[in-house]
Amino acid sequence: MITKTVKDVHEACRGVQDGMTIMFGGFGLCGIPENAIAELDRLNIQNLTCISNNAGVDDFGLGLLLRKKQIKKMIASYVGENAEFERQMLAEEMEVELVPQGTLAQRCQAAQSGIPAFFTPAGYGTEVAEGKETRKFGDKHYVLEEAFKADFSFVKAWKGDTAGNLIFKGTARNFNPVMCGAAKITVAEVEELVPAGELDPNQIHIPGIFVQRIFQGEKFEKRIEQLTVRKK
Amino acid sequence: MALTKEQIAQRIAKEVKDGYYVNLGIGIPTLVANYVRDDIEVDFQSENGILGMGPFPYEGQEDADLINAGKQTITSLPGASFFDSAMSFSMIRGQHVDLTILGAMEVAQNGDIANWKIPGKMVKGMGGAMDLVSSAENIIVAMMHTNRAGQSKLLKECSLPLTGVKCVKKIVTDLCVLEIVDGKFKLLERAPGVSVDDIKAATEGDLIIEGDIPEMKI
Repeated sequence: MITKTVKDVHEACRGVQDGMTIMFGGFGLCGIPENAIAELDRLNIQNLTCISNNAGVDDFGLGLLLRKKQIKKMIASYVGENAEFERQMLAEEMEVELVPQGTLAQRCQAAQSGIPAFFTPAGYGTEVAEGKETRKFGDKHYVLEEAFKADFSFVKAWKGDTAGNLIFKGTARNFNPVMCGAAKITVAEVEELVPAGELDPNQIHIPGIFVQRIFQGEKFEKRIEQLTVRKK
Repeated sequence: MALTKEQIAQRIAKEVKDGYYVNLGIGIPTLVANYVRDDIEVDFQSENGILGMGPFPYEGQEDADLINAGKQTITSLPGASFFDSAMSFSMIRGQHVDLTILGAMEVAQNGDIANWKIPGKMVKGMGGAMDLVSSAENIIVAMMHTNRAGQSKLLKECSLPLTGVKCVKKIVTDLCVLEIVDGKFKLLERAPGVSVDDIKAATEGDLIIEGDIPEMKI
């Protein structure tokens, strides 16, 4: 079995450089690679192009990189939770490409699968389609969208093994599986890392072939963005 | 009396049929789940990756790994499933979801919808809305009839950047229920105590008004 284990987040982030394009799994703060984000914050990597569904909140998730202006360009579908983000965007201090959520997921999956581009109905007739090829299939119009090209992909899973196999939990799965193998190097941080052979092969969501480096995160804060409860 | 947001949700809940898979947007649409009849089988899909979404958890039972697309903590019901974002949008674009209910800033009489951007002022992003409206056969918009400045949100043409073109089928506002027919807003029902003239005054787009317009039953 090919071993993908690295000792810690520091080793996991080796090779990340200024100006790179990086994917981050997660939806809101759910299932984000918090250890890797903290490391990129510590390393103060600059001029990043980040691909992530959201941009964190002001003091957590990608918000940590935003407040130090480490992000040159953000590619996301929804950024409404972050005041500093909105400020930098409206002041044109940061470049922003807003992408429909399904298109974002599919552009990751296309990169993972070796598909250079695909047609989607999302965004036809809107500013998202401006400058892009469109085509009619049947009686419906579609927009040509391209696969992402990224240097690193940072994902977070619940459990993983030393072979890089991953299992996700609940809605923390979200963009993580489609970002695995969608960049030159995929780094997975997991809550629990076990020896190869301990996970049931039937239960694995992402086979280790899509993962180059895996480590057990030192800690996971798993912050809740909107705590909503009902009374007993 | 104009409807409250809860009442708008209550009226829309009557559009939810037995056997439907339903995607609810953020805001008023989220409330619809509270009013669906309990003698029918309905599954709620949230595009962040759950089918079979349940109510909010009891205090202390919340799980950071279990949220809806509005980032709120939720629960899963028996028979629920989790999946990744690409599969989630396969359900949506592949038209496996039967009904989409979402909010809007503007709707035009040809069915165009705008709900993601006010240039120079507010840009939150489209999230999954563009994928949803470009694919769903059955789209209901839940919104207030006018904006905070009192201007109509039901227009001849949208003034804001579009989310989708010619896609909205039905609109439920605090004043009435409308359907898009032949490029116009056809008035179907009035909120209790709201007159046709009230609705005319609050609607910039062209209305089709045929015969007596019944009051809606909530």
